[in-house]
Amino acid sequence: MRRSLILAVALSAAVAGAANAEMGPGIFESSAAVTPEGQIDKLVMARLSPLGIQPALCSDAVFVRRAYLDVIGTLPTAKEAREFIADPDTKNKRRLLIDRLLERDEFADCWAMKWGDILRIKAEFPVNLWPNAAQAYHRYVRASIAANKPYDKFARELLTSSGSNFRVGPVNFYRAIQNRTPEGIASAVALTFMGARADKWPTNQLAGMAAFFAQIGYKPTREWKEEIVFWDPLNSSAQATNNAPADSAFVPTNSAPQVAVFPHGKKIKLPPDRDPREVFADWLITPQNPWFARNAANRLWSWLLGRGIIHEPDDIRDDNPPSNPALLAYLQKELLADHYDLKRLYRLILDSKTYQFSSVPRSNAPQAETNFGSYALRRLDAEVLIDAINNITGSTDLYTSAIPEPFTYIPADQPAIALADGSITSPFLALFGRSARATGMENERNNKMMPAQCLHLLNSSHIQRKLEQSPKLKAIFESGRAQPEIEEELYLTILSRFPTPDEVKALGEYGKPGKSGVRVKSRDDWLDITWALINSTEFLYRH
Amino acid sequence: MTLSMPLSRREVMRVGLFSAAGLLFGGGQVFGAATEPSPARSPALPPGKIKAKSVIQIFLWGGMSHNDTWDPKPDAGYDYNGPMKKPLATNEDGILISEWFPNLAKQADKYSLIRSMTHRNNGHETAAYLMQTAHAPGERLAYPSIGAVFALFRSPEYKGLIPPYVVLTQPQGRFSEEGFLGPRLKPFATGGDPNAYRFEVEGVVARGITDDRQKKRRELLTKLNTMGNTMAASPQVAAAEEARNQAYDLILGEGRQVFDLSKEKQELRDHYGRHTFGQDCLAARRMVEAGVPYIVINYPGGWDTHKDHFQTMGRQCPQLDQGLAMLLQDLHDHGLLESTLVWCSGEFGRSPKVDWQPPWNGGRNHHGNVFSVLVAGGGFKGGQVVGSSDAKAEEVKERPVYPVDLLGSIYHLAAIDSNAKLPHPMGLEARVLPSAAEGVKSAGLLTEIM
Repeated sequence: MRRSLILAVALSAAVAGAANAEMGPGIFESSAAVTPEGQIDKLVMARLSPLGIQPALCSDAVFVRRAYLDVIGTLPTAKEAREFIADPDTKNKRRLLIDRLLERDEFADCWAMKWGDILRIKAEFPVNLWPNAAQAYHRYVRASIAANKPYDKFARELLTSSGSNFRVGPVNFYRAIQNRTPEGIASAVALTFMGARADKWPTNQLAGMAAFFAQIGYKPTREWKEEIVFWDPLNSSAQATNNAPADSAFVPTNSAPQVAVFPHGKKIKLPPDRDPREVFADWLITPQNPWFARNAANRLWSWLLGRGIIHEPDDIRDDNPPSNPALLAYLQKELLADHYDLKRLYRLILDSKTYQFSSVPRSNAPQAETNFGSYALRRLDAEVLIDAINNITGSTDLYTSAIPEPFTYIPADQPAIALADGSITSPFLALFGRSARATGMENERNNKMMPAQCLHLLNSSHIQRKLEQSPKLKAIFESGRAQPEIEEELYLTILSRFPTPDEVKALGEYGKPGKSGVRVKSRDDWLDITWALINSTEFLYRH
Repeated sequence: MTLSMPLSRREVMRVGLFSAAGLLFGGGQVFGAATEPSPARSPALPPGKIKAKSVIQIFLWGGMSHNDTWDPKPDAGYDYNGPMKKPLATNEDGILISEWFPNLAKQADKYSLIRSMTHRNNGHETAAYLMQTAHAPGERLAYPSIGAVFALFRSPEYKGLIPPYVVLTQPQGRFSEEGFLGPRLKPFATGGDPNAYRFEVEGVVARGITDDRQKKRRELLTKLNTMGNTMAASPQVAAAEEARNQAYDLILGEGRQVFDLSKEKQELRDHYGRHTFGQDCLAARRMVEAGVPYIVINYPGGWDTHKDHFQTMGRQCPQLDQGLAMLLQDLHDHGLLESTLVWCSGEFGRSPKVDWQPPWNGGRNHHGNVFSVLVAGGGFKGGQVVGSSDAKAEEVKERPVYPVDLLGSIYHLAAIDSNAKLPHPMGLEARVLPSAAEGVKSAGLLTEIM
């Protein structure tokens, strides 16, 4: 069975290789022709065909790895990869895998991490959210994702909640903002929910929107670091103390603006009996609002495909048009038709052939990239990368916070993607460009490969120790199995695929020559091989 | 060969990767120009005007007492001085320092003491941020530290293999040194212990991997890197490959020699002190020789002595004294003190009045109202005292020195324009130091010692 699989892979590699002799993508691509299935594929192909770009589909081995890393931020195990590759139901297996992954617990962890960047979930610096509040905020976000809360409801809750930062998670949206002036809050709202950078707006546009956020109060309680966020039309919290109201001689006044202007220019007189945040939120989430669904659809697309239809995804403005307007319009329409059911949008995108394109570029033309002619190569996120290495080696990392509070101590086996609070970190996460969660900008997360990161992967005691002391690797090396089986298990564990004949040959040449001429591998040789696979482009990049 | 021959791709990448020059040059595919705009450079200064080529910053995390160190007040009484005895006279007339610094007392001609440093902030993170950025904490931008600013502005000229901004041995962790400049300007933290038999710099020197095995591994990786080889033409893959090659220059090339302290005489190593801080200082001197622009020694051990203050001080001060005094002497002997600026400070001082009550039982608390900073070399005069504190070292008496004055003076000596624009990812207006218009307190550069 195993032999025949290797043969099958080798064969398909040979077939694909023959078809694309000059590119030699072999094992990474499927020989099946690309036939547009849904509307997404039709709209994407309509752009690619005139450019003369004929995309290829990725192989099953590439797909299983891609789907796990993209959908749940977790590496497939050797068993999961093996079973998927061997599954004969070629017609349905990719779709069924996506369905399964969307229901995994790690789905919520992975996407709460992503939203944690956008919503700036971090206990300290540059904003003091505080550990307990960061946990409450994250708990709310993760639970919303796990329950597949409609996106309009999610946004409205974040914008309109009142209560304690420790007990009502979403109120922390207003606390996780460096500049808590009405203008500062309005720019954070615009960035988060409209994908717009308000510093590029005319000043009166921001000022008009800021009026919606001029009546937010923050007041302390008798509990350390607790803060109540509430609608405060009389600006009473400006004088708030820990004393009972009767102790204070403060006379409230209402000096907040009475008129606000929606970002599209319509003025509104703020009703005195209604929290203006609600007035804004209701405008934001109406289906007629051009900003809201477009931003959500574009963001989700960019998170899965590595590039926004409007790029960058949080720089939506008239002079930064979408590369494929019909595609964005279609996704937007589907999101509305499904009543902001995000999981359906995930499924729609993930089931498309476009998502399954090979990552081997078909053309060097810049339009190939902006029109999604191939799957975008991206270095694994810091958290995903260390989790993958830990899964392979069966080790854990220590995550700590400089803030010594109980909420910052976490179980040793917690995966990095499930870390709630950006202040809980490790040197590895910082080195590999985890988001600083200061501004909520997408580009705060940096996945560019830098020499210091190479040093760490190639030669640090941190990684070296994980390899040398790994119980999981030891079990593979000392399983008593034949060499090819060990090689196969290593490849499936690390790269989620079987080795190619060329690789088998290279592996055969590594180690000291034994009596019969066959090279015998010491434990160090196996460690070197593992080390090499972990340092390969294929491992380090989503592809 | 013609003179107009363009830089080879390899050379361009070298400039653009380890150094942060990519930021300044626009960076091609490494960084999109939209996200990393170039700062307005200060008008080019002739190399002769750069007095401080390298900086060694010794950061006394937690906040070191000024009373018990460089601003002793022997007449303040037991409630202020506890068990401290008579201060020591130094080799400069009229300058006294505490009994814990006998070696520094012999070197007073090489350094000056600022005794009127003030920012009135008593929070660790915010005060550490103030001391290393001079920007008010809690503004909407998270500014980069002075080390990251050095790395940014020195990168175009700096060609060394070692990253331009190095921390011995652990980062502070409580504030992001690179600020909004992004991870490329993060300090390179060496890890390891320079006082160990072998200084294992994380990623550069690994335990148990011989050069032979490194080379064998590298060949194996090249063979097994199937996807990398298939997609070698992709700009992203090529950039990652270049990054890897540069890492190997450090692992297998000359870069790592800098960290090999066994190349120094045993006697010299003894003089620095056989403790982590002493050998940190020696490693810092070797990096200065290699041209590294900015080196931070995060003091291995804390100074946040709310409890057991005098015991902790009695243990740490002699090591600080030994290492720092030897560093100044050794830089001087190598002719490097003129071009190397050394400054040593915590984020604040400690309350002059000792807290004898339980649970402190003789501790000192945070004190940002006035404290002391030691500066030396790189264009700073030695043998001087700047400003003074009042009778009990509780408040500034004369000539306050604010963070913007101290950092401004360092930038001035390094010929970095304090008013230069920094590249902000959102293109926001951000300058190296805040201006007077932003309401930042300033009493002027330290011209009296420059």
